[in-house]
Amino acid sequence: MEEILAKAKKAAEEAEVFMVSSEDTSVHFETNRLKHVQSKQSVSVSLRVIKNGRIGYATATTLDNAQELVNMAVETAQFGQKAEFQFPGLTDYHQFRIFDASVAKVSPETMTGLGGEMIAKIIKHTPGLLCEGVVGWSTETVNLMNSRGGQVSYKSSDFSLGIEAQLVRDTDMLFVGESATSCRPILETKEITSVILRQLDWAKRQASVRTKSMPVVFTTQGVASALVSPLMAAFNGKTVLEGASPIGTRLGQLVFDKRFSLHDDPTVSYRPSTRPCDDEGVTSRRTPLIKRGVVSNFLYDLQTAGLAKTRSTGNGNRGRGSMPAPSPSAFIITPGTTTFDEMVSDIKEGLVVEQLMGATQGNVLGGDFSGNVLLGYKIENGKIVGRVKDTMVSGNIYKLLNEIAAIGSESKWEGSFLYTPPLYLNNVSVASK
Amino acid sequence: MPNIEEIGHEIAKKLPKYDAEYIEIHLEESQSGNITYRGKKLESVNKSTATGGNVRALAKGGGWGFVSFNSLDDLPKRIDAAIKQSKFISGEKIKLAYIKPVTDTVLADRTHNPADISLTKKKEILDEYNETIWSTPGIQTSSVGYGDGQKKTIFLNSSGSFISQERIDVQLRLNAVASKNGEVQQVGVSLGSRGNFDAVRGQNDKAKEISRLAVEMLSAPQIKGGEYTVVLDPVLAGVFVHEAFGHLSESDFVYENEQMRQIMILGKVFGGKELNIVDGAAVPNLRGSYKYDDEGTPATKTYLIKEGKLTGRLHSRETAAKMGEAPSGNARAINYRFPPIVRMTNTYIEPRTSTSFQDIIGDIKEGVYVKNWYGGTTSMEMFTFSAGEAYMIRNGKIAETCRPVMLTGNVFSTLKNIDAIGNDLDFNQGGGCGKAGQSPLPVSNGSPHIRIQHCLIGGK
Repeated sequence: MEEILAKAKKAAEEAEVFMVSSEDTSVHFETNRLKHVQSKQSVSVSLRVIKNGRIGYATATTLDNAQELVNMAVETAQFGQKAEFQFPGLTDYHQFRIFDASVAKVSPETMTGLGGEMIAKIIKHTPGLLCEGVVGWSTETVNLMNSRGGQVSYKSSDFSLGIEAQLVRDTDMLFVGESATSCRPILETKEITSVILRQLDWAKRQASVRTKSMPVVFTTQGVASALVSPLMAAFNGKTVLEGASPIGTRLGQLVFDKRFSLHDDPTVSYRPSTRPCDDEGVTSRRTPLIKRGVVSNFLYDLQTAGLAKTRSTGNGNRGRGSMPAPSPSAFIITPGTTTFDEMVSDIKEGLVVEQLMGATQGNVLGGDFSGNVLLGYKIENGKIVGRVKDTMVSGNIYKLLNEIAAIGSESKWEGSFLYTPPLYLNNVSVASK
Repeated sequence: MPNIEEIGHEIAKKLPKYDAEYIEIHLEESQSGNITYRGKKLESVNKSTATGGNVRALAKGGGWGFVSFNSLDDLPKRIDAAIKQSKFISGEKIKLAYIKPVTDTVLADRTHNPADISLTKKKEILDEYNETIWSTPGIQTSSVGYGDGQKKTIFLNSSGSFISQERIDVQLRLNAVASKNGEVQQVGVSLGSRGNFDAVRGQNDKAKEISRLAVEMLSAPQIKGGEYTVVLDPVLAGVFVHEAFGHLSESDFVYENEQMRQIMILGKVFGGKELNIVDGAAVPNLRGSYKYDDEGTPATKTYLIKEGKLTGRLHSRETAAKMGEAPSGNARAINYRFPPIVRMTNTYIEPRTSTSFQDIIGDIKEGVYVKNWYGGTTSMEMFTFSAGEAYMIRNGKIAETCRPVMLTGNVFSTLKNIDAIGNDLDFNQGGGCGKAGQSPLPVSNGSPHIRIQHCLIGGK
């Protein structure tokens, strides 16, 4: 890395080298049996330069060809955007707890045991189910150094478990599933299997639903699959800068229900989205986005913040091989006081939505979602009576989150990017055959 | 750069001495470049190179072991690790359908290679598209994404195959965003080609069209949710056939699932007599075309549905052996980080010779004409696909523009509800397919205009 930085500094005014190396091992189950064992070693190196005030960028999978990487980055800098920022200098970062060396010591035998235990419990409950599952760990080392003396190196670990089960009866197919992830080994499977068993119980019978507007309870999975993508797009500083965010001009204004609060948080211990700084070396921090319904911040990386004449919020993230861009670390929705059972018992006729298929394929920027209920249930007179099929649920989050019927009291992590309670919304459009 | 061909030949000599039923090795090197615009300005230009590989192994009675890596040092150690992983799984009876060992070199067509076009020239072309979008009154912002890539892969296995293949890809996405009074509407177009840069030239009219539509949609009404007679343009019908049927024909969903095997029995009726659905990498010059798949199986062209009946499916060597059918050359991996799995290539509905667009809409009293796509997804039984544009059809004529819609269907009834198939086959080459974390895989899909009765649309 030092060699690349030294060569880049000769060819450009400023430079930054970012390297991620990772190792992972996972065991994969298919049709209830262990089928694959995989391990992956991977390295990616990115070089960002500023030459004649413009940004150039190149990536490779090795440190060996330093000069080639520098040449590529310098070539692209002829055309790149004008840099509106400076790389951060040496910073004293807080070291969050995100590395647990014991993840890499979890043996394939133990991982196979965890997967087998979950599958055994699920098929004991509903014989005939076919399960696919993955249990795996990874460790990652991130190194960053830049021409302003900024430097950081940290390790993180990740352990994940996931099961998807399928039941086919004639041409009727039911899909249920749950997963969990942490920086520490997850050796207890009960939380995952209990969600799946609950889904199977509720989906045992089929129920029909009429085409009309009705109250809908989105479970934590439902919030993740239907409602979060429009929020993520709307709070992205880039979308705001372009004027394409519906809330971009409404900072300080009441846009959502007064009980609705949301923040971005890359500082929670042992969560895979936690880190000392973002992928540009900007210190991680908790950023309030919605405070009691009021839009309070947007998310920025260095360049977007420079263009918007504000400061980076430490949300400069890189996908594999791409330039840093603003994106959320982990969205955290503040819980309310209503239990899930209270929500259901409050509804005379409505739905519970767990999985909305295709919900993010519409006009996400405008706040719209629309999808087929892959997993969801009918509520009649305060009780879940069965699974609905061939049903579409649609809405606009700016209308629906403006008047929330109730916010759940029981929060849960969905993947590494969302910590949310269930949400109970009124007047959601439901279309059915 | 290490020479992956030399490394491949070196390791091929050593394969016979390993204690495994089957070993295959992929080595890959690639170069790619991207140019993106957000708003009026060019946002980023970048270039990448990558080198990597993987080993997949099957020991006697074992499962699949798979090791991927960026460092090509010490390949024998990687092979040992993959075999050890395979042996960790016991009691499996994985068989692979026989494939004749092949030694071949497949070079890419370089006559319109994007690598020969200078960055200056590419930027000039993209600048023009972006300026066209911005010249439309009412546009709030735009995005333009261009990418090209060159890839060379070496495949070798313990049966003696050694295949070197090159491929070149080009992709372009234009997106226009209009906004007014806090409402936002967007329209985009995606284009792609197997290495022909000309495919992304001359798109000014498209850029103009999407901008005009995005603005028009701001004042367009939203369709009420419910069942409609729906006419799909070739682009959206291509996404429809990919989601509605293509995924269900991938045998890895079927081969070890007894109930699915009963449902997907050859000869089962899925649609009307006029319905023919094809998938094949042997269909030339499309984004899903290739000579050999990632298990070294030669590409084929498979009729999935002929005259409405299930006649074929997509296979890897493992699924073909298990089901006693011939391998179809559909085992693909997005890159060296993943093992090959059963995937589509070029999937399309065959056109009828005599049915025009006018014939299809002529007798519709009230219906919806949907064009262009945002995306699509499937759960096998149920699927969704979203249109980029929607128009009402009234008394046989295209009427007012509406907001884009999401459509959904059930594979066991929706295909039977197709009651008209046009004569104007066209391919959508701008999409990528995702499955099992491997996305976006270059595929194409196509269709003529089709009409579906009782199609469910989401809405107010």
